[in-house]
Amino acid sequence: MSQAIHHDEHYDAEGSKIGMWLFIFTELLLFGGLFVIYSVYRFMNQDAFHLAAEELNTTVGSINTIILLVSSMTIAMSTSALQKGQKGTTIVLLEITLMLGLIFLVNKYFEWGVKFEHGIFPGSQHMLDTLSQGEILFFGLYFVMTGLHALHIIAGMALIGVTLAKVSKGTVHPERSALLENAGLYWHLVDLIWIFLFPLFYLIH
Amino acid sequence: MQNEKHHIVPYSTYIIILAALVLFTFLSIEVTGIELGGLTVAAALIFASLKSYLVLTYFMHLKFDKPYIRIMVGFVILVFLAVIIITFIDYFFR
Amino acid sequence: MQASSQIPHDVSYLDYKGKYKGLLAWILSTDHKRIALLYMFSIMTMFFVGVCLGLAMKLELIAPGKTIMGAQDYNAVFTVHGVIMIFMIVIPGLPAVFGNFLLPLMIGAKDVAFPKLNLFSWYLYIAGAILVISSVLFGDGSPDTGWTFYAPYSFRTGTNMLPAIFGAFVLGFSSILTGLNFIVTIHRLRAPGMTWTKMPLFPWTLYGTAWIQLLATPVVGITLVLVSLERIFGIGVFDPALGGDPILYQHLFWIYSHPAVYIMILPAMGAISEVIPTFSQKHVFGYKAIVASTLAIAFVGYFVWGHHMFTSGMSGTAQYTFSILTFLVAIPSAIKVFNWISTMYKGSIALETPFFWAMSFIFVFMIGGLSGLVLGALATDVYVHDTAFVVAHFHFIVFGGVGFSFFAAIHYWFPKMFGRMYDKTWANVGWIVFFIGFLALYTPMFYLGMQGMPRRYYDYLEQFHSANILSTLGSWVMTFGLAIIVINLFRSAKSGAIAPENPWNGKTLEWTVPSPPPVENFDDIPVYGEKDGPYEY
Repeated sequence: MSQAIHHDEHYDAEGSKIGMWLFIFTELLLFGGLFVIYSVYRFMNQDAFHLAAEELNTTVGSINTIILLVSSMTIAMSTSALQKGQKGTTIVLLEITLMLGLIFLVNKYFEWGVKFEHGIFPGSQHMLDTLSQGEILFFGLYFVMTGLHALHIIAGMALIGVTLAKVSKGTVHPERSALLENAGLYWHLVDLIWIFLFPLFYLIH
Repeated sequence: MQNEKHHIVPYSTYIIILAALVLFTFLSIEVTGIELGGLTVAAALIFASLKSYLVLTYFMHLKFDKPYIRIMVGFVILVFLAVIIITFIDYFFR
Repeated sequence: MQASSQIPHDVSYLDYKGKYKGLLAWILSTDHKRIALLYMFSIMTMFFVGVCLGLAMKLELIAPGKTIMGAQDYNAVFTVHGVIMIFMIVIPGLPAVFGNFLLPLMIGAKDVAFPKLNLFSWYLYIAGAILVISSVLFGDGSPDTGWTFYAPYSFRTGTNMLPAIFGAFVLGFSSILTGLNFIVTIHRLRAPGMTWTKMPLFPWTLYGTAWIQLLATPVVGITLVLVSLERIFGIGVFDPALGGDPILYQHLFWIYSHPAVYIMILPAMGAISEVIPTFSQKHVFGYKAIVASTLAIAFVGYFVWGHHMFTSGMSGTAQYTFSILTFLVAIPSAIKVFNWISTMYKGSIALETPFFWAMSFIFVFMIGGLSGLVLGALATDVYVHDTAFVVAHFHFIVFGGVGFSFFAAIHYWFPKMFGRMYDKTWANVGWIVFFIGFLALYTPMFYLGMQGMPRRYYDYLEQFHSANILSTLGSWVMTFGLAIIVINLFRSAKSGAIAPENPWNGKTLEWTVPSPPPVENFDDIPVYGEKDGPYEY
């Protein structure tokens, strides 16, 4: 593959950025489908959604929101740091972002755990016996949407991890920062989706 | 294919944006705590939209990018809104 | 146009010897031309399977009652036929084969924007195909839901649905990545001086298609994930027993699957828009109108999905809305047809095989499109919904449109792709046999549908017998024509006469490089001047 050598020489930061944006559009529509489902079922089962939302812990949700917002800021700052040539700061900021992502997941784990203990999980007999259809739908969507979001957090952390390694190795540097910027864009997407998930599941009751 | 010059965003901008985002988060928690009926949903969504506007514009650098990326983002959001509205033409009138 | 300063005497992409040998030199190559051929051979393999299933269905319908298979087998056969033909052949067909091969050549680039991602898309395609096939070979029975996977049956049936659904998901992902690659390629890699309004029409249709792939495919992706979750965990989202709404499944499914029709047909229209000016030796009529109609079809086509659901219990308001929007799509489609015909007017027409295919494309596309209006109108749709009429309609559009355009494209670009010319007599014989077979196969279905024969049944009443016999005979004639075409092309690729650089006197950039093109396409990137354009005859 001698062409490969040629393509490696060809570096187009703007092209990579558009590529990442297009991928983000796809992701937005992926969650978009779920938001359509959510809004339809909310419209059909307003009282049940109201009731079910009160089961969720607003405090945990708020803490996770703040965590994600801060992590978004740190990864945005890491791009500035790299452009300023401060490699050490970039690495520290990326590590902080990774840590925050991990804390988010741990919180999520305990939040789901409590629900499971109360017999609230997809397909549970307890739900079928005690909850109305609207509430079952609410929790079905809750698990699917936050679960898919958590998967995206994991994917984002993996991407940041790769970027971190490349920044330390020096293959991502101020002149070739597309990977870092794209990792940032992806992480902001994860944040963006949570910005909507949070009020829709935790706040509106 | 020349690489465009980057606009380096100062740290202070990001800190201000984060402060605004956190403020909006608390405001939305407060507002939805009040019983407003149908307006609760609207209020929560307005705050969420404000927050996503800030994230898109500053964190995701749309403000500093070429305008066509902004147009694409706007187009995608419009397509999504149209899909929701058309779907609701069914559910709302059923 | 300033031609490249020297014509590269480099090795062609077919003879190129890289780091790897044999098959590995192909399946590890990131060259867009080799990837295009990988797609072509894998799509042809799947097409062979799909055609065999189609022939089996037609054979079953040669007489009322059980001929060669029972109801359950028939259900499985039309499901697998649909999944293979839709997700593995017509959706990737033109973009992945001709788009990959020609997009960089036509816009004057050395490759697509992300060559490795391009190869990865092909691997996803293969993985998806294997998953779907495995659902047939292993587990408790082949999928029997129809290619639409309608809820709630798709999570209630005991057959082996999960691999098929997951396979469709993976194929969708492959399609998304191809679209993403094309958009970035078109934005970033056009030759200097090639402004948007100087880009040839085939890349334009690929651009519109790519946006639909990007924005519609994820919706069906998440829907299929939900059906799988419903099967595994019972989350209740589409299950009426748990409060879910099966009609919402149909909405989400068609939000993708209707635009998917435009993913199929737009590049087909694009290829025809290239063939007609070349064989008329004339500037394409109404270039800007064709571009605008491409974008209009892509955009409006995104919002008409509900016309698949007129009898499903939607609200009346939604039915009117979708019906009106559906009629709107007919306008840009008609604009294209008028422009093609006007291009031929007073042109210097060369009666070559690609031109015959393009003509027959317009013919079958018109019949398919006009019968679509019958289905888009509320009053008539209720009458023919879920009858053989619908089957005839979409085979005229999807097989007639995309298939005929695919054959036009392969006969047009074959000399460029393989550096050899095919036997024109046999190509023309293949075309006429195929065309007659096609009409004999699908036209009786319009009649049968109007008479009330439902689709997706292995059995029918005695009164439908004679038309069904004609249809089955047509399927044999068409397959015979197909065999002539394929054998002719295979033989010619091996031992045809050496083709010149520009056998048809085309004016787009792919005709400025040797046939077959060298590995890096252009030694020097071509430059478009003020007066240059893709159709300056």
